[in-house]
Amino acid sequence: MSIGHTLLGLLESGPRHGYDLKRAFDEKFGHDRPLHYGQVYSTMSRLLKNGLVVVDGIEAGGGPERKRYAITEAGITDVAQWLATPEKPEPYLQSTLYTKVVLALLTGRGAAELLDTQRAEHLRLMRELTRRKKDGDLADQLICDHALFHLEADLRWLELTAARLDRLAEEIRR
Amino acid sequence: MTATPLLRAVGLAKTYGPTPALAGADFSIRAGEVVAVMGPSGSGKSTLLHCLAGIVRPDAGTITYDGRELTALSDGARSSLRRTDFGFVFQFGQLVPELTCVENVALPLRLNGEKRKAAEARAVEWLARLEVDDTAAKRPGEISGGQGQRVAVARALVTSPRVIFADEPTGALDSLNGERVMRLLTDASRDTGAAVVLVTHEARVAAYSDREIVVRDGSVRDAEWAA
Amino acid sequence: MTLRTWARDLALGARFAVTGGRSGLLRTLLTATGVGFGVALLLLAASFPNMLFQREVRESVRAVDGSEQVTSPRADSFLHLSRTTVYRDDVISGLLLRPEGDAPPVPPGAPAFPGTGEMLVSPALGELLDSPEGDLLKERLPYKIVGTIGPAGLIGPAELRYVAHVDFLNPENLDGRGTRYGWSVPEEPMNAFLILLVVVACVVLLLPVLVFVATAVRFGGEQRDRRLAALRLIGADTAMTRRIAAGESLASALLGLLVGLGVFAVARQFAGTFTIWDVNAFPGDVVPMTALAVLVLTVVPVASVVVSLVALRGVAIEPLGVVRVSTPRSRRLWWRLLLLVAGGAFLVPLVGDVRMAETSIDAVSVVTGTTLALIGLTTLLPWIVEACVKRLHAGPVAWQLAVRRLQLSSGTAARAVSGIVVAATGAIALQMLFQAMETEFTQVSGEDTSRAQIAIGADARNSEEARRIIDRLRRTEGVTGVIGIVESSVWRPGPLEDGEEFSPRASIRVGDCASLREFATLPSCADGDVFVFLAHGAQGNPDDSFVTRTARPGATVALRDPHPHPSEPQRPKGAPLPEWHIPATAKVVDSRPDPTGMYEYGILATPSAIDGAELDEPDAQAMVRLDPAVPDAADHVRNTADAIDPTSWVRTLKDTERDAAFSSVRTGILVGSTLTMLLVAASLLVATLEQLRDRKRLLSSLVAFGTRRSTLAWSVLWQTAVPILLGLALSVAGGLGLGVVLLKMGGQPVQDWSGFLPVVGIGLGLIATVTLLSMPVLWRLMRADGLRTE
Repeated sequence: MSIGHTLLGLLESGPRHGYDLKRAFDEKFGHDRPLHYGQVYSTMSRLLKNGLVVVDGIEAGGGPERKRYAITEAGITDVAQWLATPEKPEPYLQSTLYTKVVLALLTGRGAAELLDTQRAEHLRLMRELTRRKKDGDLADQLICDHALFHLEADLRWLELTAARLDRLAEEIRR
Repeated sequence: MTATPLLRAVGLAKTYGPTPALAGADFSIRAGEVVAVMGPSGSGKSTLLHCLAGIVRPDAGTITYDGRELTALSDGARSSLRRTDFGFVFQFGQLVPELTCVENVALPLRLNGEKRKAAEARAVEWLARLEVDDTAAKRPGEISGGQGQRVAVARALVTSPRVIFADEPTGALDSLNGERVMRLLTDASRDTGAAVVLVTHEARVAAYSDREIVVRDGSVRDAEWAA
Repeated sequence: MTLRTWARDLALGARFAVTGGRSGLLRTLLTATGVGFGVALLLLAASFPNMLFQREVRESVRAVDGSEQVTSPRADSFLHLSRTTVYRDDVISGLLLRPEGDAPPVPPGAPAFPGTGEMLVSPALGELLDSPEGDLLKERLPYKIVGTIGPAGLIGPAELRYVAHVDFLNPENLDGRGTRYGWSVPEEPMNAFLILLVVVACVVLLLPVLVFVATAVRFGGEQRDRRLAALRLIGADTAMTRRIAAGESLASALLGLLVGLGVFAVARQFAGTFTIWDVNAFPGDVVPMTALAVLVLTVVPVASVVVSLVALRGVAIEPLGVVRVSTPRSRRLWWRLLLLVAGGAFLVPLVGDVRMAETSIDAVSVVTGTTLALIGLTTLLPWIVEACVKRLHAGPVAWQLAVRRLQLSSGTAARAVSGIVVAATGAIALQMLFQAMETEFTQVSGEDTSRAQIAIGADARNSEEARRIIDRLRRTEGVTGVIGIVESSVWRPGPLEDGEEFSPRASIRVGDCASLREFATLPSCADGDVFVFLAHGAQGNPDDSFVTRTARPGATVALRDPHPHPSEPQRPKGAPLPEWHIPATAKVVDSRPDPTGMYEYGILATPSAIDGAELDEPDAQAMVRLDPAVPDAADHVRNTADAIDPTSWVRTLKDTERDAAFSSVRTGILVGSTLTMLLVAASLLVATLEQLRDRKRLLSSLVAFGTRRSTLAWSVLWQTAVPILLGLALSVAGGLGLGVVLLKMGGQPVQDWSGFLPVVGIGLGLIATVTLLSMPVLWRLMRADGLRTE
């Protein structure tokens, strides 16, 4: 996720202070990982340098979080461009899990147990997300669903691999 | 494992014709617990559910429900147990097409000998709880699939059962409706303290459970049941 | 749209019917079987007139030719006497022969002329006599069996008949003298009443078969729907799919015709094994009337096509599935009533118009009227079912399930049941017609079987012999009482008066007081008493003066005819005729109906009042009361009578011969309506099973949450029972109404209103049968297998 574009987008509705930006970001997008002030600061200075934002005013007391930023025309264009550009679908061609499975097979360890353990772990996380989704608002639900669908995809892969373990073992040992 | 299991099965085996559907499956569920039964198609999930619910008598193994040996009960006694203590939700085709929704929900109560008026009054309450009170006077053919499943959940819950058996309850629904049914089902069962045996092949549905077991080739791999 | 496209689509449908997989084939076979049995039934009904006709032909072919007068014995002449006797409930006909020369013609069907004291028997009679069943009968037919009568001499294969060579025939006791067999072959001998019956029977049979075809073409509807939808998907238009559907039912119907012809061909082989209304025919005589057969063979396939086209009327076959018109039009009453009214309009003007004896009736009106009335009733049923079911309230769960089901689709059940309405209505109407006929026969006789059950008459040479005959009857096993009298005549002595061609005559009956009381109301009676009893012109009898001219208290009467007919044997001239003086103390009393229902009149005398030896050609007449507890009492009496005199006459009061004939008709109607109703039951069963199978999952899930099997079983029962009961109610009302109209047509009163009871009984039996037969499937479907999705 591009933090720069996100912060720019948040500025579109009006000028904000640095700590405002952090709060808004955390509230809407940062459920798992809240931003550090340092991240906000470094990002904003980069945007400032590129002419995408300007400093609108500084509150007394100093410090980067006290600065009030406003978006420039160039900044607005940049946000529009970012939104219009499709994200590159993640192909996940290199997977740690796959590597683990192959290694387990090569070394004669139990690949099935590995998959089962992983599966249980995935489901544990899914249950947690489901619980959060049930208690949360729509934003929570959407975010959790996104994660749930990805986890589900992983789980399906785990299932499929488990069903094909024998053939995989054969091919690897050849 | 603090509480003793409400329903517990050991070494279940069941064969349909030449194909073994269950081969040594163990299972346990405590009161108020939601357990997902997962596994690929044909793994024996549904057969496990049918055995646990006393619909099908296993060829081997024991099933204990609330201190009673289920496999030793007569067909009549098991039927009566299903009427009073168990509730059921299936994938589709479970509502009687000629009866209105409220009559469908009232059906289990009426099978237990309750008066029509009282039964239908309670049925209406449950329909409201599952947010389908507007379907009360309609027939199953006139409502959507999601509504139908919620009516079915209402019917499963109306007798205040101690165990609800749900076999792919969202199998015929889109994800939004599926989620809604699952949320209402698990919420309602938690409120009433009913245990739920949830057969599904969908991880997202299974994620509504407290824990899951996986059936593969008729046996349960990672049985978590307490000895 | 050309004929070619029709042919192509029908052929395509026909191919689906036979190649539609296992269940498709099953459906076709099921339909074909049903249609086949219906067709066979229709063909049998259509053969009925011919069977009756052939029977007449056979009867006249084997009869002695009476058109020829043979006055004196010849080499080829023989004396003959036809005898009919009843054994238990069977009628046995016999021909007694006595050849007068050495070249008598061999009777039809006989291998050779039997020798004296020998007889030929029909295979059925031979079998009866051989079995212990026939022990009692052997006494009555004391002839040696020397051969079998072939088909040429029999009316039907099960006929009980014998031809015996006896030596006791003489010119006094014979039917006649003949030299050859074969009477003129009759014209088709059908009286109006019989035509009416056959016509109604055919309509009654045809309609259920059509209803069945209509139900049958709906078998396996869902699967067919899917197939038709698939056809639409690949580009068939609506009309085309309909024609294909019609082709499917046409194929079944045609196959059904073949089955029907097969069943008919097999069934006629057994025509001889069953006897309905004395008709028991050789297979070769069971030939359907051409017109009716052609009608059956065309109406059935055409109807199947029409019905399946009509059935698809409310259905839109779309490429992705079949859509039924969501809100079925509510059924209208007016045109249904119109049919009924139209039927009545045809029938009512005929009231009183049909004479039993007439051989032609306004068949067109009767058929049209009856058909319209029956169709009207049938179409009324769906409306009634709908109207009634709508008003039913929910009761117990089983009832609720059934009622709701009917409310949602009353049409399916009503259609299947409408066959019952036709069959039951027709059966009830026919039943009433027959009852009227039956009662008519017994009423004419007015016989009182509480007083005596069998009447016997035998010639006696004198009164002593007559008394011995009565004594022998009295001693017969199973006889509790004998009303026995010796009957003769008395004449007014003296010359003929002006205008008289013969001497006035009165009958005299001599018997004990108990017997005499059976003929007249006697104030008192002791041996030695004499009575003059008068009928006062009752039953068209002559005026009392006819009797009192001769018989009056104090009068003297001649015991021989003073002026015998010249053909009588001459008496020696001048010999005094025996005379008898009626005592002046003789009372004049009123006649009362004797046990045969007749008002007799004349003189009643106790034995010591007259010298019986003086009586002229006395007849012994007895009426016998039987002990109902003694088995075969009647046959013991008949044996005694035959032993006394093989030419005596024996008549069973309330004529059990007729009774047997009529009860066999009643059985026939019941069997026929049972068969048609079975056909209906079969279609109802198939509909129920199909419905159950369609709901396999539902049933399993109902079982899952603990529904008792009995609850579902009851629901099936109600679901079957409600439409059938409504149908029966309608049939009872309709059948009684139709019966009354048909009876009124022949000017007959209604004899018995309870004729519908057996039909209702059959209907109730059907409910039970359909329910019971659905149970195994219900049980099987209620196993949890239905829940398995994997």
